[in-house]
Amino acid sequence: MSLRHALVFLVPLAAGCAGTAMSTVRERSALDALPVPSPASVMAREQTADQQVLHALNRLAFGPRPSDVEAVRAMGVDRWIALQLEPQRIAEPAADSLTARYRTLALPLPQLLKQFPPNPVLRRMARRGNPALLPDSTRGVSRADSQEYAMLRRRTAVVGQELISARVARAVVSERQLDEVMTDFWLNHFNVFAGKSASMRHYLVAYERDAIRPHVLGNFRTLLGAVAHSPAMLFYLDNWQSSADSARPRLIPPRVVRAAQRRYAERAPQLAGMPPARRDTLVAKLQQRRRGLNENYARELMELHTLGVDGGYTQTDVTEAARVLTGWSLQQPNELGAFRFNPVLHDAGAKTVLGISFAAGQGVTEGEQLLDLLARHPSTAQFIATKLVQRFVSDTPPAALVQRAADTFTRTSGDIREVVRTIVTSEQFFASAAWRAKVKSPFEVVVSALRAMNAPADTTPRTAAIVARLGQGIYQHQAPNGWPETGDGWINTGAILTRINFGMALASDNVPGVQLVHWAPYASLQAMPHAQQVDGVVRALLGGDVSSDMRSILLSGDHPMLEQARSEGSITESTAAPELSESLSPAMPAPMRGKMRGEMRTPRRNEPQGLAQIVGLALGSPEFQRR
Amino acid sequence: MDRRVFMRSGAMALVTMGLNPSFLRRTTFGMQLPQAAQGKVLICIFQRGAADALNVVVPHGDPAYYALRPTIAIARPSLAAGDAGALELDGMFGLHPALRSLKPLYDRGLLAPIVAVGSPSSTRSHFDAQDYLESGTPDRKGTPDGWLNRYLALSGTCEAGATCANSPFKAVSLTAQMPRILEGPRPVVAMNSLDEFTVRATGSQSDRLEALYRTGRADMIHATGNDTFEAVKMLRSANPQQYAAANGAQYPTTDFGRRLKQIAQLIKAGVGLEIAFADIGGWDTHVNQGGATGQLANRLREFGDGVAALVADLGDRMSDVVILTMTEFGRTARQNGNGGTDHGHAGSMFVIGGDVRGRDVHGRWPGLAPEVLNEGRDLALTTDFRAVFSEVVTSHLGGTDTARVFPGYTGSRADWLRILNSTAASALPARPG
Repeated sequence: MSLRHALVFLVPLAAGCAGTAMSTVRERSALDALPVPSPASVMAREQTADQQVLHALNRLAFGPRPSDVEAVRAMGVDRWIALQLEPQRIAEPAADSLTARYRTLALPLPQLLKQFPPNPVLRRMARRGNPALLPDSTRGVSRADSQEYAMLRRRTAVVGQELISARVARAVVSERQLDEVMTDFWLNHFNVFAGKSASMRHYLVAYERDAIRPHVLGNFRTLLGAVAHSPAMLFYLDNWQSSADSARPRLIPPRVVRAAQRRYAERAPQLAGMPPARRDTLVAKLQQRRRGLNENYARELMELHTLGVDGGYTQTDVTEAARVLTGWSLQQPNELGAFRFNPVLHDAGAKTVLGISFAAGQGVTEGEQLLDLLARHPSTAQFIATKLVQRFVSDTPPAALVQRAADTFTRTSGDIREVVRTIVTSEQFFASAAWRAKVKSPFEVVVSALRAMNAPADTTPRTAAIVARLGQGIYQHQAPNGWPETGDGWINTGAILTRINFGMALASDNVPGVQLVHWAPYASLQAMPHAQQVDGVVRALLGGDVSSDMRSILLSGDHPMLEQARSEGSITESTAAPELSESLSPAMPAPMRGKMRGEMRTPRRNEPQGLAQIVGLALGSPEFQRR
Repeated sequence: MDRRVFMRSGAMALVTMGLNPSFLRRTTFGMQLPQAAQGKVLICIFQRGAADALNVVVPHGDPAYYALRPTIAIARPSLAAGDAGALELDGMFGLHPALRSLKPLYDRGLLAPIVAVGSPSSTRSHFDAQDYLESGTPDRKGTPDGWLNRYLALSGTCEAGATCANSPFKAVSLTAQMPRILEGPRPVVAMNSLDEFTVRATGSQSDRLEALYRTGRADMIHATGNDTFEAVKMLRSANPQQYAAANGAQYPTTDFGRRLKQIAQLIKAGVGLEIAFADIGGWDTHVNQGGATGQLANRLREFGDGVAALVADLGDRMSDVVILTMTEFGRTARQNGNGGTDHGHAGSMFVIGGDVRGRDVHGRWPGLAPEVLNEGRDLALTTDFRAVFSEVVTSHLGGTDTARVFPGYTGSRADWLRILNSTAASALPARPG
C-alpha cells in the first residue's frame, strides 16, 4: 500500500486536541516508520526534557499553540522532529481550506496577469479604450470614469494583499510548521522585493508557490534551478534583459539581429498588433541594442545564493557567469511572465567560471551546468550550512556543527532535509547555550504571539501590516541580501517599543482576530487569584520558564527595579493613545489603509485590566522576544 | 562598575536630592545636551517618483526648452506671464511658480538649486534608481546598507572599549519603515510620528515593563530595552505635544508638513539629532502633469511650503542645518503624448542652509539641444550626486572618510560644486576647467 493511500485511513493519535499541531498525526504505523533516535539521547542532552519540547517548538515551528507542548511531550520530541521533517505525512486541513479563501493564490501566472492586470497594462488599456480613464487632476474627468479606473487598480491591488496575508495566515495555522519555517528561510535567502515593478506581486505569487515551497526541504540544486528560472528572480536582478556585449559571438548571425532591429524601429508603433512570439523577439532585440551585459544576478547568485561573499570567486568569475546566463529571459513580462531562453541575447563565446571551461555555443545548457557547478561547490555547502545553523541554533554558529551540516550537504548532494536533520538532532541544538539564544524576527514575534493566543487565520492584509509596522514588511526588503538572520539586526530602541506596544495591543483585543475571552486558558484563569493568573500566563506564553525576578515583578509589584522605575516617573500618559499601525504597506490602496487605522490601537478607556494586563506584560517582556 | 548602572544610580541620587527633571535628563543620558543642541544637522528629503527637474528649476533661457514642451513648459518670467511665469533666479533659470515660498530663501542667499545632477547609472527604473541614490552605490545592487548609515558608522567611531554615548535620536526617519538610505548596523529610529514613540499602557504597566527590561540576563535585548525607556523619557521631557512652530511658520496640513514640523521639534528639543529623513511621493507625472497649475504644481506647492516653513521655524538654528532635497532621476526633456513626461536621467536638487552659497544656481548646464541630450531624450548629467553628498558630509558634518561612505566613487574634491561656504573656506585644489 502506498503511503498516499495509507493516509486515507489515518487514525487520530490525540483525539480531543482538535486544533493542535499534533492532532493531525493520524497513523501510528507511518509515525513508527520514521527514524527515531533512542530515548537515551533525550536524557543525554543539556536542556531539560521540558526545555527540549519548547525549544523544538520555538525553532522548528513558530512557537507553540496552546496544547502543543502537551502533545509534543506525549509524542516525544524526537518523533515530533522526525515528523516535521516529513511534512507530506502531516495532514493540513486548516491550511488547505485557507488557500481556498483567497482569490488569486491558486491561479497560474498568465491567468493571474490576465484577470488582475498590472498597472502598466491597465494604463495601456485605458489609453486605448477610454483615455478619460487615466488619473487626472488637471482636466475635468468625469467622476464615473476615474472611479472605474480606481476600481480596476483596487482590484489588481488584491494580488499583493493576498500574497502577504497568506504568508502570515499559513504560518499561524499550518500543521506543517517546519515547512513554514523553511519557506520563511528560503524566501529570505532568495530575497525578492515586491516593489521592483508593477508585475512583481504577480510573479511572487508564483515564486512562493511554484519555485520555493515545493523544494524547501528538497534538493538544493532543484531549488536553485527553480529560482533561476522564476520570473520573480529574473526580473528582480535584471537578468531578463542582460545581453551579450556587441563584440561577442551570437547563436544567430549578426545580420539577422541587425535586420530585426531595423524592422523593430520601423514598426514599433504596430508592435502591439504582432503575434506575441515575434513581438518578443523584436523587443528583446531592442533591449539588446540598448543594454549590454548585466551582472546583477550572476553576482548575487554567487555572493548570496551559493558560494557566499568569501566563497573564492573573483570579479572575472562574476562577469563570466553573467555571460553564461545571457539569454535567460522572460516572455511578455506583463502578460505571460514565462521563462524563455532567448538565443538572440545569448553570448555564444567560450567562458571559464571558477576554473571550469564552458564550450562555445551551448546555449541554455551552459546555465544549467553553471548551476550544477555552484550547487556542488564546497563553499556552497559551508555557506548554506552556516546560515541554517544560524537560523536554527545560534547567531554564533558552533563550528563543529556547521562542519557536520556541510558534510551532510556534500554527502547527500544538497539534500536540505538531511542537512536540517543533522542540525536539529545535534547535541549543539539542544545545548543550554542555545536555549532562548535567538532573537525573534518581527514575523516570528507576530506569528508566535498569534499562535500562543490560538488566533484564527486572518485573510485580510491587516496582520501582515502589523508585521511591517514591526519592521519586516513581507516581500518589502529591497536589497537582495534579505533580512538579518541575527538578533543585532532587529534590536534597536524603536523596535523594542513597537514590540512592547504590539503585546499591549494584542492583550487589549486590538489585533485582528484576537479576543482574549476566546483564548483557551482564559475561562479557567479568569476566576483565579492574581498569583495563579501570573503563573498560568507565564506557563502558556513563556513555557513556565522565567526568572524569579520576572515572576516577582509580575506578581507583587514589590521588585526594587519596579520601585526605581516608578520613582523616575512613568513614561506614558494614559491620555495619549495614538495609532501604531498608521502607515501600512504602500501596496495597499488608500481606502483599505483607512479601514485599517485603529488596528493595534489601545483605546483610552479600555486599558487592559487584570488578566489582560498580565498577558500584555508577558508578550511585551524580553523573554517573549526570544525563541 | 558598568557605566550605565553608574549613570542610573547617579541619577537616582539626584532624584532624592530633589533636583529638577531637566537636569536629571541631561545627566541620565550622559550626554552634553547643550552642546548637542548646537550640533550640525542634516535633513534629507526624498521626492519619490522622479520629480520633473525641467519644470522645477526652469531653464527659461534655453531656447530648446519651449520647443520640447509645447503645452507644459513654464513661461518666461514677465509681466505678461504674471503668476504663471517662472520666478526669476539668474536670467537663465527660474523656479516653478508653485515654489513661491522658496524664492525668498534664494534671495536671502540660503538656497542653492543644483541643475543636471543625479546618478550616473543609466537605469530608468524607479526602484533601481532610488536604491542607488540611497545605497550611494550606482549600478551596484548588493550594497547592504544606506550611505547615511555608513556616515553614522564613521561619525560614531569611538575608542575600543569605550561606550559610545550617542543619543538614541541621533538619526531619525519620519517614515513608517526604515528607508534604505538609513539601513545598516548603526541604530536609527524610524517612526511615523513622534506620538508613536511611547509605551501605550498605563503607568503601572509601563513601570513593570521597564522593570522587566532591567532584570534578567545582561544581553542585547535588555541593554537596548533600557535605552528605549530612557529615550522615551527623554522625548517626553522634551514635551513634543506642547510644540508650537516659531516665527509664524505655517506647515502644510499634510503628512509631509507634519513630519517636517516634527523634525523641527526634535532639533529644538536638543535630543542630539544629527540626521533626519522624510520623503514625499506623487512625482511620477506620466500623464497631464500640468504647467503653472495642475498636478505637478500641487505637489511642488506642498513641497515648497513645507520646506519654507521648516526654515522659518528653525530660524537662527539654520546656521547649523543643511536641508538636502533629492529625487531618483529627472524626466524626459520632451513632453509625451499624454501631456506628461517619462523617465529620464539628470535631475535637480536644492541645498538649503545658513552655510549654503545661495543666490546662485550650481552645476554646469549641458543644454537641451538634441545632440547633447542623454540618449537623445533626457537632460544629460554633469554632476554626480555623490559629489554633492560628499561635500555636505565633509564640510557640513565633518566626516573625513567619504571613501567609506561612497565606496567605489572615484570623484575627488575637485568635483565638488563648492555649495557650502565652509568648503570654499577650506583649502581646495584648483578646479579644473
